Amino acid sequence: MDAILIGLAAFLVLGSVAALEMKHLLSAVITVGIVGMGLSILFLLLGAPDIAITQVVVEVIVVTVMIRATTRTADEEPGPPRSLATVVAGVGAVLVLVGVGVAAFAALPRFGAARPMPSDWYLAQASTATGGANVVTAILLDFRGYDTLGEATVILVAIAGALLVARHVRGDGEAGGGRRPPPPAAKPPASGSEAAGA
Amino acid sequence: MRSDRDGLSAIVQVVARWTLVMIVVYGLAVACFGHLTPGGGFAGGVALACGFVLATLAFGGGSGPAAALHRRVAALEASGALAFLGLAALGWTAGHFLQAWTPRGAAFTLVSAPFLVLINLAILLKVGAGLFAGFMVLVLFDRGLAPTGGGEGET
Repeated sequence: MDAILIGLAAFLVLGSVAALEMKHLLSAVITVGIVGMGLSILFLLLGAPDIAITQVVVEVIVVTVMIRATTRTADEEPGPPRSLATVVAGVGAVLVLVGVGVAAFAALPRFGAARPMPSDWYLAQASTATGGANVVTAILLDFRGYDTLGEATVILVAIAGALLVARHVRGDGEAGGGRRPPPPAAKPPASGSEAAGA
Repeated sequence: MRSDRDGLSAIVQVVARWTLVMIVVYGLAVACFGHLTPGGGFAGGVALACGFVLATLAFGGGSGPAAALHRRVAALEASGALAFLGLAALGWTAGHFLQAWTPRGAAFTLVSAPFLVLINLAILLKVGAGLFAGFMVLVLFDRGLAPTGGGEGET
């Protein structure tokens, strides 16, 4: 089991590096999708089917949106190749990070062995106190309801902000067929007569 | 490149119609039974949003099963958020904010925890509409319509 997990984790690391190094933007997006699917398998093997399901569906929609967003710019030329000093510095930084990470994880208790004090109470009480047989949902929506409320607020505010920025185009969104490179989103709105047409 | 209003070929549209049903049912099931089986409102909502994105990509922006949603996503998302807040506020009738105020049925059934089901459905509505709204915003920007109201003068 440990060998499978380590192999899968190594595959994810290699896939992430490959996604960064891809010359073609669309290939990089597809590689990111493969990494995400591998991550969901990892969650499933670790006994977290809730997270695995969420990871799969989020990965599907993210890859779809990224492909939709990158098809126009897929043929963009990558930047100039890196210099030797940059590569050496990058490899050095990775080695330092790996060393620190190994030392840090060695100091931690074994995976799954340490549980904060409320955890045992949650596990014992979740089904009887809330009625939900799925302990994860029972904790998320009942015991830790405020966390879920905060998470919901984050999504609401993010989407509301995006809709607000897009407000000027929503009015004539179906009629317009203009094809020009997307302008910087931070451009100040209502610059004279242009904004009057909406 | 094909225009967004045309949608994709008839083969894609027929397959999309079939799979769309399954995706929507899967999303609803994951959310409704989130308190019994793995899943929940968030995962179900993302699956639902995936279905709407599929419908938009296959049928184009102006027609298809998701066309009626395009102008209502903001209202749907807001109503999901308000439903969550309302359900949480109704907890005051039982004691305090976010208290589970509904009566409980037999264990391991759909009604074993109605409060969790209702909250899951509110999150389903909010996340499904919200992520679809995010996709719509990205498509609008991708079409080259500026936030400054340009686009009419084009073409």
